[in-house]
Amino acid sequence: MIKLLKKSSFEIFFKNLQTQGKTIYAPKNNGKKIEFSKIDNFADIVFDYIKSNQSTKEIVFPRYHKVFRYTKQADDTVVLQDFSADSVPETVVIGQRPCDAVGILALKAIFETDIADKPFTARFNKTSFITISCTKSDENCFCTSSGLNPGSTEGSDILLTPIENGDYYAEILTEKGTKILEANASLFEDSPEIDKNKYLAKVEVRFDNKIIHEKLNTIFDHETWVEQSLQCIGCGACAYVCPACACFDILDEDNGRSGFRYKCWDSCGFGNFTIHTSGHNPREVQSQRWRQRIYHKFSYMPKREHVFGCVGCGRCTDVCPVNMNIMEHLQTINAL
Amino acid sequence: MEELRNRAKQLLEAKTVDVVIGYGETLNNKIKAVFIRKPEDAVKLVYDERCTQNLGVYLTKHEVKHFGKPAIVASVSTMRTVLQLCSEKQVKDDGVLVLGVTLEGKFLEFPTFKTVETFMEKGVQPIPAKDLELMAKIETMSLDERWAFWQEELQKCTKCYACRASCPMCYCNRCMVDYNQPQWISVPSTEIGNLEWHLMRAMHLAGRCVNCGECGRACPQEIPIHLLTFKASEEAQNQFGAVAGLSSTMPSTLSSWKPNDKENFIQ
Ligand code: SF4
Ligand code: SF4
Ligand code: SF4
Ligand code: SF4
Repeated sequence: MIKLLKKSSFEIFFKNLQTQGKTIYAPKNNGKKIEFSKIDNFADIVFDYIKSNQSTKEIVFPRYHKVFRYTKQADDTVVLQDFSADSVPETVVIGQRPCDAVGILALKAIFETDIADKPFTARFNKTSFITISCTKSDENCFCTSSGLNPGSTEGSDILLTPIENGDYYAEILTEKGTKILEANASLFEDSPEIDKNKYLAKVEVRFDNKIIHEKLNTIFDHETWVEQSLQCIGCGACAYVCPACACFDILDEDNGRSGFRYKCWDSCGFGNFTIHTSGHNPREVQSQRWRQRIYHKFSYMPKREHVFGCVGCGRCTDVCPVNMNIMEHLQTINAL
Repeated sequence: MEELRNRAKQLLEAKTVDVVIGYGETLNNKIKAVFIRKPEDAVKLVYDERCTQNLGVYLTKHEVKHFGKPAIVASVSTMRTVLQLCSEKQVKDDGVLVLGVTLEGKFLEFPTFKTVETFMEKGVQPIPAKDLELMAKIETMSLDERWAFWQEELQKCTKCYACRASCPMCYCNRCMVDYNQPQWISVPSTEIGNLEWHLMRAMHLAGRCVNCGECGRACPQEIPIHLLTFKASEEAQNQFGAVAGLSSTMPSTLSSWKPNDKENFIQ
């Protein structure tokens, strides 16, 4: 369904969502970076930005969260208190980018293949995504090489594209989106269908992720993995900012009588990610970890989960302390 | 720069070294570390004001060590790194050839670590004005304000460990935070977990930090994390008179003992 949301109606829309009891996340300036934060005042939302430092993944997959608690009773029986979906508030994300939206679909594919991950599913189901198309991009963006574009609708419940006078061309895409529309019907005006392309950022196509996918079938032992990653120092910066990276660790914290089990972010780029109790480490050196990063995103995920694990946001390049540039590396692979 | 390229080429041709660790350009005119192993590739070396990374971090990297003897393009921070690594028995005097770049941007080759030590007597790299300013500002804060300042900064930390990975002195195969039996440091990124992590790291770098500032530069959250290790090292200097990276034989400041130490609990 197509609608028009006037710039002048946005604040009322925001306040309506608040009154409707939604927790709202939107881009905010923390003094150094633009980050998605809980927003109480409409004025805090930053609309003029390219992309946030961290992606929106943290809203559905927090860097740290408890999965259950346990308490030993006086008679030594143990009482388990499972994660409850009730603890998750109804949430609306405003202003993420189309690539972020698809990143969340990649996480969904990971966390819901085979057995669904309860906390993820609860958060995903209770969150509505109002994405805003990109009118600007930066040198590290490569969504158009990843099968997407600055106005992609996948993964969004409502996609807003900024048009003349700061008004928004609104595409209502899912049931969640329709519910939001219905609850705020008076703010969304009728609109004819338009060609939104002229409003979107132009992002040059550098490679084709489907070709990378094919190539990976034959280049597992290629020397390029070592050459590309000699400079990589094996931190977690790229994985943590990536909207589609889902590695996590599971640990317990307890005092002998009661405690909890939690999940926290981890990265396949860390040297000890794959270390066995025996001390053997099947991914002994960084080139093997770098190769894993690319294979997981461009080979294994499309094969198993039917989605790519990279949406082309370029965040990993933005933050890499040693200037690893994933787009350059993928171009190199594309040309092999 | 021609000088550097020619020298690197010669060194590789004569097999004096097996790899030259230096700076090169990415396809997008950014700077990256390069590991030159063929004489004909020496033309890929560049050196200009964009070259800020402390390449010393690669001296302890498994795959780089595997190449054999390195020559390293070394800013003053990197020269200090090399000396400090030697004093900690991580590199050997004849194991690394230092292709130094002075603060004025001049190339100077150092045949032995002794010659690097002598060069260091002229003075180390200055701490950037921006850092000095912020350090001074933090010094004037009350305890409560300081606590609030670091709480605000540290809650942004995601524990990506880019600070640790980029630090040439954080070369431990297994860092304290990676131990789980027993677990010393709370693993997740929480208020207490982040505080423990950064206090621990600052303590481990006290007297060992060479003031390169890599950790702060690496941080994707722009936390001025390097100020903690700078400060810890300043304290180590005030207390014990030891400055990291001036000597290839200096015993470790915090884990060695001298008969005339002012603390006498160990005697
Ligand atoms: S791998 Fe890099 S470019 Fe791809 S989605 Fe992740 S952060 Fe973005
Ligand atoms: S690619 Fe960059 S950000 Fe990623 S692990 Fe390597 S050094 Fe860290
Ligand atoms: S680099 Fe920054 S965010 Fe990452 S662990 Fe260090 S202080 Fe935390
Ligand atoms: S923080 Fe300490 S234990 Fe961890 S790598 Fe650095 S020096 Fe080693």
